[in-house]
Amino acid sequence: MFEIVKKEPLNATVTKMVVKAPLIARKAQPGQFIIFRALPDSERIPLTIADYDREKGTVTIIFQIVGRGTMELNTLNVGDSINDFVGPLGTPSHLDGLKKVAVVGGGVGCAIAYPVAKKLHKMGAQVHAITGFRNKELVILEQDFRDISDVYKIVTDDGSYGEKGLVTDALEQLIKEGNQYDEVFAIGPLIMMKFVCLLTKKYGIKTVVSMNPIMIDGTGMCGGCRLTVGGETKFACVDGPDFDGHLVDFDEAMKRGAMYRQFEAREREEECELMQKEVEG
Amino acid sequence: MAFERNMDPKKTPMPTQDAEKRSHNFEEVALGYTYEMAVAEARRCLHCKNKPCQSACPVAIDIPGFIGRIAEEDLQGAWEILSASTALPAVCGRVCPQEHQCEGKCVRGIKGEPVGIGRLERFVADWHNAREDQKTEKPKANGHKVAIVGSGPAGLTCAGELAKMGYEVTVYEALHQAGGVLVYGIPEFRLPKAIVAQEIEGLKKLGVKVETNMVIGKVLTIDDLFDMGNEAIFVGSGAGLPRFMNIPGENLKGVYSANEYLTRVNLMKAYQQDSKTPIQRSQKVAVVGGGNVAMDAARCARRMGADEVTIVYRRSMNELPARKEEVEHALEEGIAFKTLSDPIEVLGDENGFVCGLRCIAMELGEPDESGRRRPVPVKDSAFDIPVDAVIVAIGTSPNPLIRKTTPGLETNKRGCIITEDEGGLTSRDGVYAGGDAVTGAATVILSMGAGKEAAKAMDAYIKGKNQ
Ligand SMILES: Cc1cc2nc3c(=O)[nH]c(=O)nc-3n(C[C@H](O)[C@H](O)[C@H](O)COP(=O)(O)OP(=O)(O)OC[C@H]3O[C@@H](n4cnc5c(N)ncnc54)[C@H](O)[C@@H]3O)c2cc1C
Ligand SMILES: Cc1cc2nc3c(=O)[nH]c(=O)nc-3n(C[C@H](O)[C@H](O)[C@H](O)COP(=O)(O)OP(=O)(O)OC[C@H]3O[C@@H](n4cnc5c(N)ncnc54)[C@H](O)[C@@H]3O)c2cc1C
Ligand code: SF4
Ligand code: SF4
Ligand code: FES
Ligand SMILES: [Mg+2]
Repeated sequence: MFEIVKKEPLNATVTKMVVKAPLIARKAQPGQFIIFRALPDSERIPLTIADYDREKGTVTIIFQIVGRGTMELNTLNVGDSINDFVGPLGTPSHLDGLKKVAVVGGGVGCAIAYPVAKKLHKMGAQVHAITGFRNKELVILEQDFRDISDVYKIVTDDGSYGEKGLVTDALEQLIKEGNQYDEVFAIGPLIMMKFVCLLTKKYGIKTVVSMNPIMIDGTGMCGGCRLTVGGETKFACVDGPDFDGHLVDFDEAMKRGAMYRQFEAREREEECELMQKEVEG
Repeated sequence: MAFERNMDPKKTPMPTQDAEKRSHNFEEVALGYTYEMAVAEARRCLHCKNKPCQSACPVAIDIPGFIGRIAEEDLQGAWEILSASTALPAVCGRVCPQEHQCEGKCVRGIKGEPVGIGRLERFVADWHNAREDQKTEKPKANGHKVAIVGSGPAGLTCAGELAKMGYEVTVYEALHQAGGVLVYGIPEFRLPKAIVAQEIEGLKKLGVKVETNMVIGKVLTIDDLFDMGNEAIFVGSGAGLPRFMNIPGENLKGVYSANEYLTRVNLMKAYQQDSKTPIQRSQKVAVVGGGNVAMDAARCARRMGADEVTIVYRRSMNELPARKEEVEHALEEGIAFKTLSDPIEVLGDENGFVCGLRCIAMELGEPDESGRRRPVPVKDSAFDIPVDAVIVAIGTSPNPLIRKTTPGLETNKRGCIITEDEGGLTSRDGVYAGGDAVTGAATVILSMGAGKEAAKAMDAYIKGKNQ
């Protein structure tokens, strides 16, 4: 059992939790993830390791409450324990040798981008961070990104905070200003990563994306997380989740991500009703 | 002999759940012999001096010995003989491919049906497991520590043997539940999970520690396990990496590996009404492959509510590698067999969901290296099967995780860990391996045999080192 030592809402639908998991904290690296089951018989759900503290033996996760699994997790509080918590899974991000990098995060994807940006900063690389949100209410990790980036831009779809526009606009502007990046890291909704990749392809900048297909085991056993990358089938949980964005078949990935939409909608309703009853009762 | 031999040429039939009824539930299909049936069946054994049956059992159970006890109505005696050679008789009695092993060599099979050895094994094990007065005494500790990677039949057997010798044993399992394929693959209706759980409880009583959520190679490496004071390590990580067909359309929504489908249904309990596990409720399902895995996937799909389930297999009914009993049960449950057919494309609708499987017809040509006649495509024979899900059950290979994170651990080109001898010694000092991780996908009983041999070798190694 894995005890929650800290819980903090970052906005109305995103929660940060610090979890006691000494063995995972010891080995975790940016780009890796864990799989949790909040309660016995819950679904297995992957979340990126947003941060870790090897000395304290803790792992930080930041998750958006979107459906039953994440709602269940969010019902747990400090002192409670998460039933299962396994990791660090996946291949760590390859950051060696990078000198100047643009890190682009969209929405809760910023939680996945943050550890990469932080590590790059620690390595002495120049970090240009761009984070995008739908509106002001959804902004997360602003100060964290500020602390570790040389250039930091926030954009919102509706202009309610930072600059109005999309992350691709901000990125293109930086490129046009003459910034030459060794690499771009783009992490967020599939559609955002797709458009970042279309942009950077135009400028010939290598771009790494972090893919988040539906997973079960996270060890290469089920094949459910498969993607087409450069015409080949890859398992995101072991071969990734980082891939060369210019080779990823995003359209296929978007379709596969929607495989259980109907089921999930029903589950979400049930879970909401359940919580409603608890509140009323 | 205090009883009369039963010369019925046929096996005492196994009572089963009605085929129509069981196609809609996950309860066990074969209900097990009653006491009278077991005794009657046991009395069919001729007690052959040269014991051909025993020589065909991978763990060399004294078959006429334990059957003789049943015939004499001494079940405790039968249990003692059985348990001397096998750690999981309740499992093997249910899932061994008996027709290729013990029963395949039974003398009574020449002029009629062989003795129902597996059924009798199951009967004795179930009788024993149902008794409440089982005592397990924790063996005296010998002061040495060992680690086991993987909690399938290979790992569990190895753990049990070592624990009985007094070792401090920890089993590390990647998933959230122990049991390997016995819990995530083989469905409830063929092997009730309670049986596996009981076996694991038994190991815990012997002092074995079972740590789930431990992916070795990630959270701890083999070298870390040595640093933690383990003197020898057994790798029983199985062959869990699914193979795909590499045909167009294989990534459409509704195409599953058998591992994914079975894991969702079994380990993650999608078969229970109120389960939180997403799964498609498909109406027409094609399952590609002809082994036990394919039969299990097909029969699960049926029970999940599919009206039409079709096994698509390249060769003919005679070559199906699945246990005979499973094929018979599948047929009874209305599973269709489209043999001599090979998929060439998965067809999708405008939303990216599967809507069909395009196959070509095959015919059997010259025998290949396996001795079976090689299927060759028939020209211009393409045809479509309308389906809304495709389950791919064409085989698995060992997962590369441990190989990639253990320097000096040699594997062959199929990814199987190379072992030196029966005892399972690998190219790394103190590291032993067995089961599917070494052989590629095989059987429960062979994995258990490997776990048992490795336990002996590990014990000898540790004793030798500490002299
Ligand atoms: C490697 C990886 C890292 C991730 N990191 C984060 C993170 O740091 N923070 C965060 O908020 N989210 C992250 N996600 C996404 C997160 O796993 C999903 O939001 C979560 O599974 C939703 O589950 P649910 O039951 O709450 O919602 P549901 O309503 O069941 O699902 C909502 C959507 O989430 C996706 N999803 C559902 N089940 C799974 C599953 N088992 N695996 C992957 N995706 C699924 C599907 O696209 C689905 O349509 C990550 C995903 C992956 C693969
Ligand atoms: C659906 C299905 C039906 C079958 N039916 C039959 C049958 O009827 N009769 C029969 O004899 N055989 C059958 N088999 C084959 C049989 O189940 C296997 O041969 C047997 O289970 C292999 O045992 P094992 O201990 O080597 O590996 P497994 O049972 O595969 O167990 C390996 C375990 O190791 C764990 N693991 C893997 N990697 C790691 C890691 N890095 N760290 C920690 N843990 C790890 C896995 O999660 C798994 O739990 C069937 C197989 C399947 C899939
Ligand atoms: S373990 Fe398997 S092969 Fe051996 S006697 Fe039992 S059923 Fe037959
Ligand atoms: S071969 Fe058959 S009849 Fe002979 S001892 Fe074995 S089980 Fe009995
Ligand atoms: S999650 Fe199962 S193979 Fe990747
Ligand atoms: Mg869910």
